[in-house]
Amino acid sequence: MTVDARGCSCPQPVLMTKKALEKESSFEVLVDNNTAKNNILRFAQSQGCKASVEDGENADEYVIKISK
Amino acid sequence: MKKEKTFIAIAGAVIGLMAVLLVKFGNPANMGLCIACFLRDTAGALKLHSAPVVQYMRPEIIGLVLGSAVMAFSKKELIARAGSNPLVRFVLGFFVMVGALMFLGCPLRMMLRIAGGDLNAVVGLVGFVAGILAGIFALNKGFSLNRSYKVSLGEAAVFPVIQIVFLVLLAAIPSVLAFSTEGPGSMHAPIIMSLAVGLIAGALAQRTRFCTVAGIRDSIMFKDFTMLIGFVCLIAVAAIANTAFGFFHVGFEGQPIAHNDGLWNFLGLALVGFCSVLLGGCPLRQLILSGEGNIDSVITVIGMVAGAAFCHNFGLASSGEGPTANGQIAVIIGFVVAIVIAAVNISSNSKKGA
Repeated sequence: MTVDARGCSCPQPVLMTKKALEKESSFEVLVDNNTAKNNILRFAQSQGCKASVEDGENADEYVIKISK
Repeated sequence: MKKEKTFIAIAGAVIGLMAVLLVKFGNPANMGLCIACFLRDTAGALKLHSAPVVQYMRPEIIGLVLGSAVMAFSKKELIARAGSNPLVRFVLGFFVMVGALMFLGCPLRMMLRIAGGDLNAVVGLVGFVAGILAGIFALNKGFSLNRSYKVSLGEAAVFPVIQIVFLVLLAAIPSVLAFSTEGPGSMHAPIIMSLAVGLIAGALAQRTRFCTVAGIRDSIMFKDFTMLIGFVCLIAVAAIANTAFGFFHVGFEGQPIAHNDGLWNFLGLALVGFCSVLLGGCPLRQLILSGEGNIDSVITVIGMVAGAAFCHNFGLASSGEGPTANGQIAVIIGFVVAIVIAAVNISSNSKKGA
């Protein structure tokens, strides 16, 4: 599953990640700015999840892979 | 992560210290930095309102936008984006200003007022938290403004260029602007110092994503206290600096550019907190985002400027004497409008989801 959080204002990207985490144990989040990326990484870490970042298909986009 | 917290703590401390220094060098008391007051003063300088005591082209605002723009550019974070419910943001920005001018300050000035011993600002903080809680309730119910999309990069340059024009007007042709000869608008640090503080604070806030709303919102929603550390450090350092300069006076009575009507201090900042959560950031954060190419935040800032002009053209802004009846009505209207915006958004999002 991929959560598309591109273009969303704070704190939507983290909120969407939180909701996805309640349903899925492994998923990806697509974001398009560093603020959202760092906020999600910090949230994932606080939840004890594994998280890694890859560059997305377009410029300034990141794919964050999260797994419990 | 620890490094991030240290950086935010330092940024908060530096901004708090610089704000008190601006007071030392001429800014109004407990108003080293205030986004609401300074946008209001700038609106006055541009003759969008004609309240004689609050007219000055504040270089801090110019610096904050340009500091953010330069820092974002150097970090490849200057990206033009737009299209997230612009008119809703304008309206919410408008009522952020109505609430802030009821209290007499944005959340940043609330922190500086607390650091000066103004207990009315502690009442304001309680209202601010209450407003944020209401905003979190809306977020949890599914409130979400539309996403933004990238637009051409030139769009990102427009707002910073406008700030450069303002700076040129202030420095070279001030005769076209209006300037207060008495009152808060007449009190200011030297232009170069105000500009430098704005630039530094803007750059720091861009890097740290400093946001007075996020400090409280994320602590409650995600148990993430990172931003709250900056919040606390700013107040602590400003309080120490205020004490050192003899600016620290604890009490409710006789506080500078403040009134002691508790209910309306509470409600004013509650409206600011609620609207700011819906917008995704406090007035300072909106200004910083406006520098890094977020056109929706530019519209929010323009909404705040329009709000400031209306507040002074229609007698909505409080004064040291207290709130006005018109201002009280405007704050109530602000709550009704913000609640309707939230309810309609939540309802349409739930239909989309279903």
